[in-house]
Amino acid sequence: MNLAEGVQTISFALLALMMIGAALGVVLLDNIVYSAFLLGGVFISISGLYLLLNADFVSAAQILIYVGAVNVLILFAIMLVNKREDFSPVPRRWIRKGGAALVSVGLFALLGTMVVQTPWVIPANLPATTSTLIILGEHFFSDYLLPFELASVLLLMALVGAVVLARREYVLDDEASVGEMPQLPLQLPERPKEPVALSGTSAPSR
Amino acid sequence: MQLNLFLLLAVALFCIGIYGLITSRNAVRVLMSIELMLNAVNINLLAFSNYLDGQSIRGQVFAVFIITVAAAEAAVGLAIILSIYRNRDTVDMEKFNVLKW
Repeated sequence: MNLAEGVQTISFALLALMMIGAALGVVLLDNIVYSAFLLGGVFISISGLYLLLNADFVSAAQILIYVGAVNVLILFAIMLVNKREDFSPVPRRWIRKGGAALVSVGLFALLGTMVVQTPWVIPANLPATTSTLIILGEHFFSDYLLPFELASVLLLMALVGAVVLARREYVLDDEASVGEMPQLPLQLPERPKEPVALSGTSAPSR
Repeated sequence: MQLNLFLLLAVALFCIGIYGLITSRNAVRVLMSIELMLNAVNINLLAFSNYLDGQSIRGQVFAVFIITVAAAEAAVGLAIILSIYRNRDTVDMEKFNVLKW
């Protein structure tokens, strides 16, 4: 990255501020739609940080996959689960929140001191490579060939698994479907599912 | 030195992700927190790849693999959440005690 030092510092500060602020918004806001859109902001800021780290291909992949696929998938899930439910209050919830905050801050302090105190040995000032795409392609097809192929199998498994898990089971009645007009044209008859009993209402034991 | 700054930023993002993972009650927000943590790991990998291994960038290879796994995880996780929502009619994490006791 041949930018001046000051430009890099200022853009790093801006991107870091955007990222931390949006991430706090994702975690702390009440409305989950705002959280989903702020998650897109986090991903875009992270892709800017990748550009500062000389990773142009990963930056483009970050925007394409995270913002274009994962974030849209999460928005779809939010709108499919469009239930405005007020969560029933759980007693002594602030203890859990306080404990979680304590654990997070403690972990941050621990890892932060580790990062600051470790003397990282930066090797001699070799210029970072500019042809990242070529080197990445050589890695993918020579010494990382097996994980690359395994990743394709994993994606296929995730695809099939997501379809199987999220599918509704429809009742297909083939004898009465020829001459009759179905009363609800945009709905398929769905097989009645036996709902699992909610824990608080009708639990048989305990 | 800039490596420390990137590492500290990744640590902060990871801790925010852990806090959201523990405290959120909406199941979709739990998935978002997991995505935040995966992105923190990616920042770490790319920072080390740039500053310590600038010639043969192996960290970027691992980052691409992590992005792949994260996409698969998001798809399967959201399918599981949809399936649970159809069965139990809620997304409250406090009521998901299928695997408990």
